[in-house]
Amino acid sequence: MVFRCAVHNMKLLTHNMLTSKCMKGVTVGYPLGIVAKDIKVSETEFNSEFVSRIIPKLDWNALWKAADSIGHSGDLPQQLMEDYENNEEFLKKVHHVLLEVEIINGELVCPESGRKFPISQGIPNMLLNEDEL
Amino acid sequence: MALFKPKALECQLQNVKGFEKPKVKLEQYVTSPHIAAHMLHTIQSTFDDLEGKFVADLGCGCGVLTIGAALLGAAQCVAFDIDPDALEMFTLNVNEFDICNIDTVLCDVRFIPVSWKKTFDTVIMNPPFGTKHQQGIDLQFLHVALNLAGKSVYSLHKTSTRKYVMQKAESWGAKPKVLAELRYDLPATYKFHRKHSVDIDVDLIRFNLE
Repeated sequence: MVFRCAVHNMKLLTHNMLTSKCMKGVTVGYPLGIVAKDIKVSETEFNSEFVSRIIPKLDWNALWKAADSIGHSGDLPQQLMEDYENNEEFLKKVHHVLLEVEIINGELVCPESGRKFPISQGIPNMLLNEDEL
Repeated sequence: MALFKPKALECQLQNVKGFEKPKVKLEQYVTSPHIAAHMLHTIQSTFDDLEGKFVADLGCGCGVLTIGAALLGAAQCVAFDIDPDALEMFTLNVNEFDICNIDTVLCDVRFIPVSWKKTFDTVIMNPPFGTKHQQGIDLQFLHVALNLAGKSVYSLHKTSTRKYVMQKAESWGAKPKVLAELRYDLPATYKFHRKHSVDIDVDLIRFNLE
């Protein structure tokens, strides 16, 4: 079943892929820091196959630190465990942190330049000015 | 999950509202519910590239393709667009449906702020055709899409540029195939269109990356 959610916000899954490397003078721009003003925790449908497939694409360390920095790492282990495909309990924890902890308002911060990217109504604004490209 | 028939999907997508004030510079025009429904239905029924998949929509506008992909069972969608007004309408539209597996990012697709490679299973898009003041932007979108997708990219391109688009895609390591030829009814959205509407021929192309 699907749970109704009033608005869609930035999930930590999306944070995990975002970078500021397109900025002039920035080489890696990853991971972006998070300043979270409003956080929403929702409940969404668990899809173990999808979570298993996403884990190898993630930067695990960045995910854990992001969740921890906003106080939502829960009991997610700091190290990715082996044989996670068959560990439903673990996959559910990953699902929760990746897809159920959402940022409504706040900022993403470039780790190199300190440039702030506002998150407003759940949408990160990654637009750059012409002189930043 | 039972697959929506094209007509039923089209019906649903008619609830997606379009641009309030389309911007000429960004070549904003709505992908019609009819075209969106047929495109998405083909992607799922023939190639199984939506249900359970991680899907990106580049230049998502008001969201008709993203919402359609979510209705056909995409596991998660991320939609990218440069226009805050479009994303505001996108959000209003998403809220009309029972969907929570969509994220949106405000950014220039040409400088997509994504660090992962081959992040998504499937990329869908109706890019700007590059007909006005931004020649070549359709191929810039395509290049970005091919880097982001692990399995396939589905995109609409002007039939008149087919040969060039196919050549470019092959040089970037993709295997393109035209799935359908469509007549795209560009409504006279902009003041400078003298006729009521302008028909252009458009290809739906699948770019295979496997």
